[in-house]
Amino acid sequence: MEQPVLADHAGRLTSRRPRARLSKVLAPYLLSLPAGLWLLALFLIPLVTMLSLSLQTCNLGTGACVMTWHWAEFGQQLSLYHAQFLNSFYYAGAAALIDLVISYPIAYWIAFYGGSKKNFFLLMLLVPFFVSFVIRTVVWNFILSDQGVILGSLKHAHLLPQGFHVLSTGYAVVAGLAYNYLPFTALPLYVAIERIDKTVLDAAYDLYATRREAFTRVILPLTVPGLFAAFLLTFIPALGDYVNQQVLGGTSNTMIGTVIQNAFQNLDYAAGSTLSAMLLAIALIGIFGYARVLGSRTIEEYL
Amino acid sequence: MSLAAAVIGDEAREAPPARPARRRRWTRLILPAYSWLIIAYLVFPIAIMIAYSFNRVTTGLPQVSFGWNGATLQWYRQWNGVPQLTTSFWLSVRLAVATTLFATVLGTLLALALVRYRPPRFRGRAAVEQVLFLNIAAPEIVLGASLLGLFVTINLARGFATLLLAHVAFSIAYVAITVRARMSGFDRSLEEAALDLYANGWATFRKITLPLIMPGIMAGALMAFAISIDDFVTSNFVSGASIPFPVYVYNSTRIGIPPQVFVFGTAIFSVGIICALASIVLSRRRT
Repeated sequence: MEQPVLADHAGRLTSRRPRARLSKVLAPYLLSLPAGLWLLALFLIPLVTMLSLSLQTCNLGTGACVMTWHWAEFGQQLSLYHAQFLNSFYYAGAAALIDLVISYPIAYWIAFYGGSKKNFFLLMLLVPFFVSFVIRTVVWNFILSDQGVILGSLKHAHLLPQGFHVLSTGYAVVAGLAYNYLPFTALPLYVAIERIDKTVLDAAYDLYATRREAFTRVILPLTVPGLFAAFLLTFIPALGDYVNQQVLGGTSNTMIGTVIQNAFQNLDYAAGSTLSAMLLAIALIGIFGYARVLGSRTIEEYL
Repeated sequence: MSLAAAVIGDEAREAPPARPARRRRWTRLILPAYSWLIIAYLVFPIAIMIAYSFNRVTTGLPQVSFGWNGATLQWYRQWNGVPQLTTSFWLSVRLAVATTLFATVLGTLLALALVRYRPPRFRGRAAVEQVLFLNIAAPEIVLGASLLGLFVTINLARGFATLLLAHVAFSIAYVAITVRARMSGFDRSLEEAALDLYANGWATFRKITLPLIMPGIMAGALMAFAISIDDFVTSNFVSGASIPFPVYVYNSTRIGIPPQVFVFGTAIFSVGIICALASIVLSRRRT
């Protein structure tokens, strides 16, 4: 490594050693070169290649592809799979909204009243991440199964009809997504609420605000950027998820992630990359829309 | 960021003033009760997983079943009774360790560049930040699919190498952002003092800079390890014949899950949670 710490310093040293000066000019580039190359070769180039693949026409016999700016593929895929796109929107949207409602009070409580146990409670919010994502989903399959812990006992007590089931329905998929992605919602919300200047709240009370007013007119408006960030940070990964749908859902509620996965498995790269491009576009529209509407406060602050 | 906030502001922001009795009921009773309910909800599936790792199997086939058949330690005694599962578990551990090493070094160097140099000295800084952000924000299935396309195109046989390439690719951004966040309050005058005392650049880095940014690097490394060992979507695309633990579990959902899966799950959970609790206790004792 080329002595990064000397960078801003020691003009007197460099005047004697021209070689050292060169390394100083290059320092930022040398530092970012290894990671930059890795990301270029294994993130940017594959991504761009795949996106361009969605505009190419492939000869199914030889597998050779030519760039034809074949935008029609997008319309075609959309008409084929619009139901799966809609499913993804419904399920990911419902899960993200449920997570917002569930986690706002607990984020609020930890931020304001966590006291010295704050770190412990934050760890409790993260506790699902200590179990493998696939295992968590499989366990929800257990919990929601017809004769499982919940439905089994309710049926045994004749509180539910025998034919009642949750697995293989959209509700099960939403339940799985909501559980698996809850920390993605709760932590940004915590950061947003924690960041509120408490003297602003004191001012509201000094001006005879009631508790409800202080919440609806001070705290809630101040956390709106956080609310949107938390929604996006939950919605986007949930949108492309296919594990929950595969393990908890049935054949009638396929999400777009499943379609993409199957397309690549069946070596239909054109369809797979077209659908991926659309999914990426949706994610980017959400993120840049957020930056547009909420100004300079980028979503990155909540990561 | 949460840790910093917890250290700085506990006393200052204990509770807002001027609270009527009704308010106390909310903050003392309803909110805490609700919060504990949510924590119970988050822990519940984990408790189920641990419980089912002790579940007896009555059908003859060694597969987890929905019904509770009584407790047994059988699966702990035969923890390595499914060779493929054990192989995939150690593959995941090796992969996560290797990923952590690569991603931590590359991500930390990148974070150093991002924290210390601004546009006239570092052209393209904004572009690098955009790339990092895009990497984190893009749906994982898109990244996994594009990597599969790359490996197929350049005819690279899928296995440990492709898994490592892919895992490092999606971990670098997380490490860089974590390290950068922890470095933002870094006091440059300490380095200048060292240089004034005739330490050369390398000695300053080793003796001053590195120890100061070490907590950030450790946080980044833990992040990389956690993401790598739990990754399913990308791994499923690029794994080929060497199957990491999450992919094994997913595949086994179709043919019946061996109870040992829950034993491994319980072991990973226990190790992780004990380390996390220990670090909380230690950090509280230090302050």
